[in-house]
Amino acid sequence: MNAPSSVLVVGASAAGLATAEALRRKGYQGGLTVLGAEPHLPYDRPPLSKQVLSGTWEPERARLRPQAALSALDAEFVLADPAVGLDTAARTVHTASGRALRAGAVVVATGVRPRMLAGQADLAGVHVLRTLDDALALRADLLDSSRLVVVGEGVLGAEIAATARGMGLEVTMAGPQPAPMAGQIGPSVASLLAELHTERGVRLRLGAGVSHLSGHHGRVTGVCLDTGEVLPADVVVVAIGADPVTGWLTGSGLRADSGLVCDSRCRAAEGIYAVGDVARWHHDRLGTSMRLENRTNATEQANTVAANILGDDQPYRPVPYFWTDQFDVKIQVHGVLPAGAEVTVVDGDLASRRFVALYRHDGRVTGVLGWNMPKQTRLRRQEVVDALPDLAPALG
Amino acid sequence: MKVTIDQDKCVASGQCVVAAADVFDQRDEDGIAVLLNPDPPAEQAADVRHAAVVCPALAIHIEE
Repeated sequence: MNAPSSVLVVGASAAGLATAEALRRKGYQGGLTVLGAEPHLPYDRPPLSKQVLSGTWEPERARLRPQAALSALDAEFVLADPAVGLDTAARTVHTASGRALRAGAVVVATGVRPRMLAGQADLAGVHVLRTLDDALALRADLLDSSRLVVVGEGVLGAEIAATARGMGLEVTMAGPQPAPMAGQIGPSVASLLAELHTERGVRLRLGAGVSHLSGHHGRVTGVCLDTGEVLPADVVVVAIGADPVTGWLTGSGLRADSGLVCDSRCRAAEGIYAVGDVARWHHDRLGTSMRLENRTNATEQANTVAANILGDDQPYRPVPYFWTDQFDVKIQVHGVLPAGAEVTVVDGDLASRRFVALYRHDGRVTGVLGWNMPKQTRLRRQEVVDALPDLAPALG
Repeated sequence: MKVTIDQDKCVASGQCVVAAADVFDQRDEDGIAVLLNPDPPAEQAADVRHAAVVCPALAIHIEE
């Protein structure tokens, strides 16, 4: 296949920008357009819940590339104009402002959108955190408040709780799991994370669902749990996961099923690809469909998609990786940590709060987790790589 | 090729070491990336460029 005469990337965040950069790096000289829903030039999201929220970084520091590097890319950035429709056969994307952008290849990189609680949109003081504007709005509200309730005990909720504690707020974390990130890292390490948050003054109200938000004169006043307990709040952050932004593809003939469904080459249809948080592709080494919401996936998948656009035929077979920083703890995870995995500490120890743990399913290594031992954790990554073809049963 | 690392931005993922172990390492105590050779030879250039691409914090800067 010859390279297309032009490429349109729908999404101007990490995965979208990385696709544009990878195309140029691989020598692509055709027309390149990057369409973004937000008004901002591409910025990085991991710092939003940490350095940007805490104010340690000015927002500009989260920019993915300086202006000069973006100019050198020789791409047209069309910003503040969300995609609203795709004509698959004509490879034409329609935008909210009425543009019709046609290209030889279209890359869907529209990411995810935070889930909300019922009634949330009608109450002031209730936030989500996905965009730079979200982070700045939350920060402004926190600076003026004393009690924060974080609804959600996943990675994002736990990071926000830690950052807000560092800013001096009274913080309560609520969510249905028994401990923060229990679903991601398993009960034993999650209970250590619960200890950490408790020691640092985060009040945990876990193991109960949230029934609704309470408010007064249009402003949130608390979070009501299934148990009947009410958690008083000046500010609430809802971090209960996110859904792939695929609504605009309705009527395109493409299949969305918790993400835009792609083959093992990250191709949704002839000339149409997906990258980043929105992409659900077939990991042929694992024998399963997968969608990853993490930072390294955005870059790695973009590399593969750029190569495939230019005529390669590469399957995308990453080793999943994510990290999270909470208080002074760095947690790193390579591979997958299935529910019920057997956890063995192989370096350091739990008591000293520095360790590396291997996760096994049916006796086979599936992943490695490090707690304040990033280098030692990375040194175990190869064991996960070697085990990758055998991981399929663990993902069952 | 001149390579620099912004250690304040580094998130200790170690992706750079996976890509170019002759040029990058991580500190034992906190995993922050360190430069073994700020002026790598031509035969390592491609690996170093790949390291800069896959760094999830965009903390590696290269001057060709």
